[in-house]
Amino acid sequence: MLLDVHDLNVYYGAIHALKGISFHVEKGEIVTLIGANGAGKSSTLNTISGLLRTRTGHIRFEDKEITRIEPQDIVKQGVVQVPEGRKIFATLTVMENLEMGAFIHDDKARIAEDLESVLQRFPRLRERRKQLGGTLSGGEQQMLAIARGLMARPSLLLLDEPSMGLSPILVEQIFEIIRDINEQGTSILLVEQNAQMALSIADRGYVLETGSVVNEGAAQDLLHNPSVIEAYLGGHG
Amino acid sequence: MNSTHTFLSTPPFIESLIKKKILGKLMLILLAAVVVWRMGTALVENPSLFLQQVINGLQLGFVYALIALGYTMVYGIVRLINFAHGDVFMVGAFMSFYAISRLQLHTWPSKLFPNMNSMLSVGIGSITVVILSMIVCALMAITIERVAYKPLRSAARISALITAIGVSFFLEYFGALPFVFSANYITYKRPFEVTTWVANGEGVQTLARGIEVPANSVIFSNIAVLIIVASIILMVLLQYTVTRTKIGKAMRAVAYDKQTAQLMGINVNMIISITFAIGAALAGAAGMLYAIAFPQVVFWMGIIPGLKSFVAAVLGGIGSIPGALVGALIMGQAETLSAAYISTPMRDAIAFSILIIVLLVRPTGIFGEATREKA
Ligand SMILES: Nc1ncnc2c1ncn2[C@@H]1O[C@H](COP(=O)(O)OP(=O)(O)OP(=O)(O)O)[C@@H](O)[C@H]1O
Ligand SMILES: [Mg+2]
Repeated sequence: MLLDVHDLNVYYGAIHALKGISFHVEKGEIVTLIGANGAGKSSTLNTISGLLRTRTGHIRFEDKEITRIEPQDIVKQGVVQVPEGRKIFATLTVMENLEMGAFIHDDKARIAEDLESVLQRFPRLRERRKQLGGTLSGGEQQMLAIARGLMARPSLLLLDEPSMGLSPILVEQIFEIIRDINEQGTSILLVEQNAQMALSIADRGYVLETGSVVNEGAAQDLLHNPSVIEAYLGGHG
Repeated sequence: MNSTHTFLSTPPFIESLIKKKILGKLMLILLAAVVVWRMGTALVENPSLFLQQVINGLQLGFVYALIALGYTMVYGIVRLINFAHGDVFMVGAFMSFYAISRLQLHTWPSKLFPNMNSMLSVGIGSITVVILSMIVCALMAITIERVAYKPLRSAARISALITAIGVSFFLEYFGALPFVFSANYITYKRPFEVTTWVANGEGVQTLARGIEVPANSVIFSNIAVLIIVASIILMVLLQYTVTRTKIGKAMRAVAYDKQTAQLMGINVNMIISITFAIGAALAGAAGMLYAIAFPQVVFWMGIIPGLKSFVAAVLGGIGSIPGALVGALIMGQAETLSAAYISTPMRDAIAFSILIIVLLVRPTGIFGEATREKA
């Protein structure tokens, strides 16, 4: 098991946001967490990344306990999050954003190689590399966010709603890229509201509802599960 | 607003004046006109006196700039007005005082290498002293941040602000204790001899001691040169650090968004400590330069320069590094020119009036952007 999440209970003050969430990711998989607004998807990713703390349970990555270690040490283990809403550093250039992605690394030659490979993957970013991050379009920002995440050399990439606010064509492209990143050996935990798209590229999925996992299974099964269709795939699809 | 205003409400005319900040702008334009006129006549009447004031103001402005940078960097990263910053400056001055008067640290190169060129050995000795002051101030600021500010980082901003004022008082009155810095004025011994030059139509000459300054000339000393050159070197180093190095880029990333910076694997606490350390080191250097220019140290000496540098940072746009420099240079000029042409006792009042006017007309300062409040 690459990532083993067991019994997360997370609170914001009095609000009980995650109520005993458990799931896992195998090496090489794309696993998706789907659910409505406020289901607790982002809270789950932030708990894995160490920004939030769970009161119970544990998170293990490659059989190492990462439940209580600092966010920067979790990144160093290879668990890298691309946050919801891109969160580009608007006052830094595209290039500097990418350098920040590689913050945990010191080997200049390999960083340069990584940079070359992400710029090859996202040629748009090469054109814009001297521009401030805040001046990019939404789609470009999403590409930059993913590229920045890749600069950290993740073995598990956590993606929080990469399709948010993008045109259908761009969504297609982003999902194509996600699949490609996965094929090159990076395991992926994908949070999405676009359940159709997410399940179509995922191996397995979990359905979250108000802080609990209410359904799980192979992505193809979930796509044909009547209750999932009812709630997340727009009625009688 | 529609026409249904009653007897008690502000007339729409006044309201629109307030909304468009017309009153503030008028005041500013009026003030600018008076200043330009006064400076213009001063320049025509006695150009050398005017130039002299500009040089003095430049010297002061650069010291303020070094202090203002610390205010602005710390504000940029943790949104805190670190009111203890002026007292860090004071500690820097005292550290250099002890290093020079008690430890004779500035003489080590000439003791170790008696044949060394005296200017070189004094230079290396003074640099050693300033580095010591900078390190002490940096360590002190890291400690203050960890002990006093970090626990309050997620508390209401006013709590940290009041704590900063508390830390400021603590440093001052702890310093005033008889076995610390004492409450007395102490004469500061400069690590080098003062040389003064006279510049006029006939060129630049050294001014021998006890000789009267010839008319229509400007004097400047190696102190002014030192302050300006040292400040510029430190600021270039800072600019390089912030724009080119990985740590500097991380500082900007943390200033923009701490949570996302953490997701990049940036140790936010460490970056905040480094920011405090850099700001304090600059204040420490400023403390020594200030004491060299005005050779006296006392436990409360950081208050007024600290406040003026704070005004400079606000004037330039708090959070902006170039703003701190520009604001400080303006403050230095405002102070010396108003002392020369308006009245000496008025100069502090004028400095703080600038703050009020800036806050009225352009609260974000010269280089400030519209404030972006982040969670
Ligand atoms: N900072 C916060 N303070 C208080 N409550 C919060 C905070 N962040 C999230 N919550 C609450 O926790 C619950 C889960 O939120 P979360 O952001 O994890 O949902 P989500 O599944 O990511 O939703 P979305 O699809 O809208 O992004 C919600 O009820 C939300 O209101
Ligand atoms: Mg979310």
